[in-house]
Amino acid sequence: MGKEEKQFDELSPNVQANGYRVVGTRPVRPDGIEKVTGKANFGADCELPGMLTGVVVRSPHAHAKILSIDTTRAMKLKGVKAVVTSADFPEIGPKQRGAGEAPVSFRDMSRNVMARDKALYDGHTVAAVAATTPAIAEKAASLIEVKYKVLPYVLDAREAMKSKAPVLHKDVFTKGVDPRPKKASNVTQRFEFGMGDIDAGFAEADVIVDHDFTAQCVHQGYIEPHACVANTTQDGMATVWCSTQGQFMVRNYCATVCGMDISKVRVLPAEIGGGFGGKTVVYLEPLAIVLSQKAGKPVKVVMNREDVFRATGPTSGGHAYCRIGAKKDGTLVAGELTMEYEAGAFAGSPVHLGCMTGFAPYVIPNSKSVGFDVVVNRPKAAAYRAPGAPVAAFAVESALDLLAKKLNMDPIALREKNAATEGTKAAYGPKFQKIGYVETLEAAKNHPHYSAPLGPNQGRGVASGFWFNIGGESSAAVHVNEDGTVEVVTANPDIGGSRASMGIMAAEVLGIDVSRVKPLITDTASSAYSALTGGSRVTFAVGQMVCVACDKVIVQLRERAAKIWDVEVDDVEWVAGSAVNRKSGKGETLSLAEIANVAGKTGGPISGQSSSDVQGAGPGFGTHICDVEVDPETGRSTVIRYTAIQDVGTAIHPSYVEGQLQGGAAQGIGWALNEEYIYDANGCLENGGFLDYRMPVASDLPMIDTVVVEVPNPNHRFGVRGVGEVPIVPPLAAVANAVSAAADVRMADLPISPPRLLAAIDGK
Amino acid sequence: MAKIVLQSEVARDFADGQAEHEILADNVRQVIKQLDAKFPGIAARLNDRTAVAVDGEIFQDPFLQEVQPHSEVYFLPMIDAG
Repeated sequence: MGKEEKQFDELSPNVQANGYRVVGTRPVRPDGIEKVTGKANFGADCELPGMLTGVVVRSPHAHAKILSIDTTRAMKLKGVKAVVTSADFPEIGPKQRGAGEAPVSFRDMSRNVMARDKALYDGHTVAAVAATTPAIAEKAASLIEVKYKVLPYVLDAREAMKSKAPVLHKDVFTKGVDPRPKKASNVTQRFEFGMGDIDAGFAEADVIVDHDFTAQCVHQGYIEPHACVANTTQDGMATVWCSTQGQFMVRNYCATVCGMDISKVRVLPAEIGGGFGGKTVVYLEPLAIVLSQKAGKPVKVVMNREDVFRATGPTSGGHAYCRIGAKKDGTLVAGELTMEYEAGAFAGSPVHLGCMTGFAPYVIPNSKSVGFDVVVNRPKAAAYRAPGAPVAAFAVESALDLLAKKLNMDPIALREKNAATEGTKAAYGPKFQKIGYVETLEAAKNHPHYSAPLGPNQGRGVASGFWFNIGGESSAAVHVNEDGTVEVVTANPDIGGSRASMGIMAAEVLGIDVSRVKPLITDTASSAYSALTGGSRVTFAVGQMVCVACDKVIVQLRERAAKIWDVEVDDVEWVAGSAVNRKSGKGETLSLAEIANVAGKTGGPISGQSSSDVQGAGPGFGTHICDVEVDPETGRSTVIRYTAIQDVGTAIHPSYVEGQLQGGAAQGIGWALNEEYIYDANGCLENGGFLDYRMPVASDLPMIDTVVVEVPNPNHRFGVRGVGEVPIVPPLAAVANAVSAAADVRMADLPISPPRLLAAIDGK
Repeated sequence: MAKIVLQSEVARDFADGQAEHEILADNVRQVIKQLDAKFPGIAARLNDRTAVAVDGEIFQDPFLQEVQPHSEVYFLPMIDAG
């Protein structure tokens, strides 16, 4: 087989059927060489003349009233140029406002950036200092005297819900309950979703299973800590370089927290060393701006790993109770899910999303999901892949495993029997459009992994997962250069290969080689607004804008060719990267490069721009198979084989898609087996580093096999669905189901660490 | 008439707990306007970064999305993500 034939043969049936030329191929990533050679500039790499070093002073207490802050000694230290405390930030009202992806309480955000009257978690910022050297800044930070009154703390959601628990906020009254409470509470809100009548549903069930589950808060574990540089000038402008998932988000948040006009803030995104949702907020940037304003110099602030663990958002952990009822043939008739999620120090866990996603893959006529958002003395929770969904899926998919065993039914067959399809009314209300859940189950059932024999102390688990995926406000510009190369300019940091997918889609639409397309990511002053990179939205939504911008470029290219040929534009077609003169009948063509070469003579620069609020994201479903071997002597669980299967719509660059599936699975496996925060008796974090907070590394895991299922999203030019969220949803239950099978004991509390598993085995 | 479904918390706070309503409207903005005429104050809640699913398609920040006479319109929390 020749090289060309082989490449074609490797394309998916979907890609072949649609005749795509570039979509579905695997070109070398545009940012790859710079990153592997260390030349790429990340947040901490920015250097400016006269730059100061900022150091943050953090609370050593989990919960404490701040009685006083004395900065006198620090300010007297030679080389210290500025100190900031809460007195340097404006007070912001309690109303939530739209920003980024979801409603944001800027009051809470400001108080998370800089504590006011109370420190609410170990690591909460209470002051910051800027000095001429890191050593002086560290010394100055140690000279800032903060007097605290230590208060009782609470770390666990169910403990925080008890009547005698220490209350974090005296002005928080539970929303969503009737009657409205008169007493302040750590429960900020109750959510409820459902349909039908669960009492009637359970009454008609032949078999009922129920169980309690617990999952811990886990960190996103991005390799690059938060870092930024801010430079302010006397005209009131602030320029910020930082590691972020959204430069426009940083601009908005900084302007609000610092009391500035948005037009006074310009944000330049650095390369980003991982985010996974954890860089959709601000921590350091407002501090750096205010320090720079006071010092009159640029200020760099960089977190170390311990800062990241102590002070930045993990995703929520919490508790879940799940009950499922079914007929003898496996037909689900009722489901109940109650969850309490830890929001951290301020309201806003993703428990409502857990409620919406838990039962979403299934047809269940009677269901009820109730969620409680609970504040505790931990860092404010931040987004993490498919926020809220993994813990809910852990409960539901584990309960389904229990049900399959009770019914003596194959776990995939049970899921197939009840799987949501197009037209199914989702547990959160609306009906699904075209989805590919059943296709993932078929692929799992037919995969050699599923029928491979198991050895002693080995077990196999299966679990599925769902995520909505989102679109949102997006912008793109496409510029044709004089030599016929093309620049695709977007304003979304590349956290998962979006440069490559933008380049591929542009090349496909324009009909040119992908090597002729240069994808660029620009700052807030150089692009129209684009919502942040997150929610698996960029390839879908920003990709749509790239396609539309390319369409506009093609219109111009046809117009220029028409001028050159002296024909009407309707006589010119755009075919495979060239204008074709249909009027002459001679097969005359002009390539994109030929038209670009003379653009100056035919009307000037050729460029297209597109902005829109893109909707129509196609939901995603995945099914994972996990094999685990358990050591009954030590309690250690080792993942020996893992297969992640997902409907991705259309894989624009299959290698990146497979990487997303593998990465999400690895993070979910860590959540299931290893990861948890360890606090001392005072509520202070003890394992703020990767040696003690154990995320899986490559040597811990087998090669994760992937199966890319393609059920194209009808709302996207090339059928794209979001990819990055779903793969972290099934692993918690897939691993737990596998360990439970291997050890013959139900593991319902995460992480399934060796001591916990050993205790469960011993307790059988 | 389009079928309109409110989140239970919103229904409890503004509509005596009644989640389902029938409204004839051309778009989401009109739906909210009519709901507000019936349940004063509900518009502020529904306009505050609430998502809407119209016939199964979720719109994160809706305003002018078309509503058909037989549409199903669900008001949902906005969906943030990683």
